Amino acid sequence: MHTTTVVVGAGHAGLAVSHCLAARGIDHVVIERGEVAHTWRTERWESLRLLTPNWLTRVPGLAYDGDDPDGFMTMAEVVAFIERYARLVAPPLETGTTVESLTAGGEGYEVVTDRGVWRCASAVVASGACNLPKVPAAAAALPGGVESVTPMDYARPEALPEGGVLVVGASASGVQIADEVHRSGRPVTLAVGEHVRMPRIYRGRDILWWMDRTGLHDERYDEIDDIVRARRLPSPQLVGTPERITLNLNALTDAGVRLVGPLAGFSDGTAQFGGSLRNKCTLADLKQGRLLDTIDEWAAENGVDDEVEPPQRFEATRVEETPPLTLDLARNGIRTVIWATGYEADHSWIDLPVFDHKGRLRHDGGVVTGAPGLYRIGLNVLRRRKSSFIHGIEDDARDLTAHLVAYVGAGEPGARA
Amino acid sequence: MSDTSATPGLNGVNVEHLLGARNALGETPEAGLFKWRVTNQWLHGTHSASSVEGYFGLGGEHDHKATYKFESDHPLVFAAEDNAATPVEIVLVGLASCLTAGVAAVAQVREIQLRSVTATVEGDMDIAGILGADPDIRNGFSNVRVTYDIDADASPEDIQALVAQSQKRSAVFDILTNPVNVSVEVS
Repeated sequence: MHTTTVVVGAGHAGLAVSHCLAARGIDHVVIERGEVAHTWRTERWESLRLLTPNWLTRVPGLAYDGDDPDGFMTMAEVVAFIERYARLVAPPLETGTTVESLTAGGEGYEVVTDRGVWRCASAVVASGACNLPKVPAAAAALPGGVESVTPMDYARPEALPEGGVLVVGASASGVQIADEVHRSGRPVTLAVGEHVRMPRIYRGRDILWWMDRTGLHDERYDEIDDIVRARRLPSPQLVGTPERITLNLNALTDAGVRLVGPLAGFSDGTAQFGGSLRNKCTLADLKQGRLLDTIDEWAAENGVDDEVEPPQRFEATRVEETPPLTLDLARNGIRTVIWATGYEADHSWIDLPVFDHKGRLRHDGGVVTGAPGLYRIGLNVLRRRKSSFIHGIEDDARDLTAHLVAYVGAGEPGARA
Repeated sequence: MSDTSATPGLNGVNVEHLLGARNALGETPEAGLFKWRVTNQWLHGTHSASSVEGYFGLGGEHDHKATYKFESDHPLVFAAEDNAATPVEIVLVGLASCLTAGVAAVAQVREIQLRSVTATVEGDMDIAGILGADPDIRNGFSNVRVTYDIDADASPEDIQALVAQSQKRSAVFDILTNPVNVSVEVS
């Protein structure tokens, strides 16, 4: 089978690319291992909602138009939104089709699937940023009798064994899971490493309203000082709830969650934690302070001060004098460890020399290096800070399809449909 | 270990006194709480000077016999002036000094005469960590190796046991191999 462009993945990113390709008259096919929005249906815990308020949830050609602009979509609502988008885009779609490999072939690429081989001049990888949980090597030394759970296995607190839970990682996933597991009567100890603290509401507006309005989320990948670091930052400690609550470490401490430093490893059934908890919290407090300073300066300079509430500053993260450095799992009734230690994209099926010495895909804002016509979309801070969020897909899809159109137009004169 | 005049024989460690102190702590455990102190002053570039004057222990303040001074800097390959040892080398000095003191003390208890004890210490570090070039690489040592060359009136097994026991009771070995809470504040 031949086409100009193969798009791998029919989530919001793949559909957005299809929308932009169709608008440019590029012949293409979208290949999806499951059905539309597969990951959102199958790999998310039950209570999860988007971190982004509804009014900001938009993709090229479709924006939220419901009656709760300040709310946050549940996973069922996200799936419904993406299904609606799929009907609008009406892409040439092959669902239930798993891509087995992507190799160089002919004038461009060969995409081998379990239902046939596609030959194409260009390909767009839109298969998600969170395909595999990142679990530290220390997990191998977890003592027997303790369940090891990743956020991709995790569904709801009641599915965990009764007893204590060690949650490792204080990202959005970590704090959200810690909160609901603790409230289920399973006492939580939270191992805190580097994290990003943000208030849900600042000066009466959602923090993402500020990120959007100030242009902070539009900062481009090639303007960011340390892009490797920016792409690795844990997701901000945010939760989308109808009450628009702020879920930070102080809120968890108030709920009874015990904070400890970063997990160092396990030794003889005892978890060991680094002694840098205070430093990790101070760094996050200071960084939040700098963000709020930036927002306040912007508000003053742009005449927004009168539209919003006065500036606020928040209590520093409370850390006990000498946080515990060890935790005997059996003696403390810890039955489960949850690894909220991040996710990574699965590129193992891409059989091309496009990876660096650490196995990371080499790309310049989604334009894959050393593989003309190959693109990646839907990764953290791919082209802008907002690339990590659903609404960031619009600019990224337009930029990358413009690049793709120029490439297939120049290199493949007959390829335009 | 040249000064053996104050203590009986062997390696010159006053073990009686140390064992007496351990027994005394059974009665007054708070006497065992020590605070070790260093002050450090920036000089220029990466060069700084530390001094050690006194410490708290056995329920009171104590002065060292003299004020001990330590300087530290970074090497020429870091485009620094190399006025003194690098801080990480001073950490290795601490480890070696602690382990060697332990070897001598344990040998004394076991009535093993030491003739010479030499430790060589090497710490592996990838500076991609401290330069922020690769977030997967830690700042500190990835591995530390200590090699002892010991001449003593004892079997190779007994010498192995000396070195093993020294690690078991070493403060610096513990500090390097286990987490510790460190708080850094600005006054």
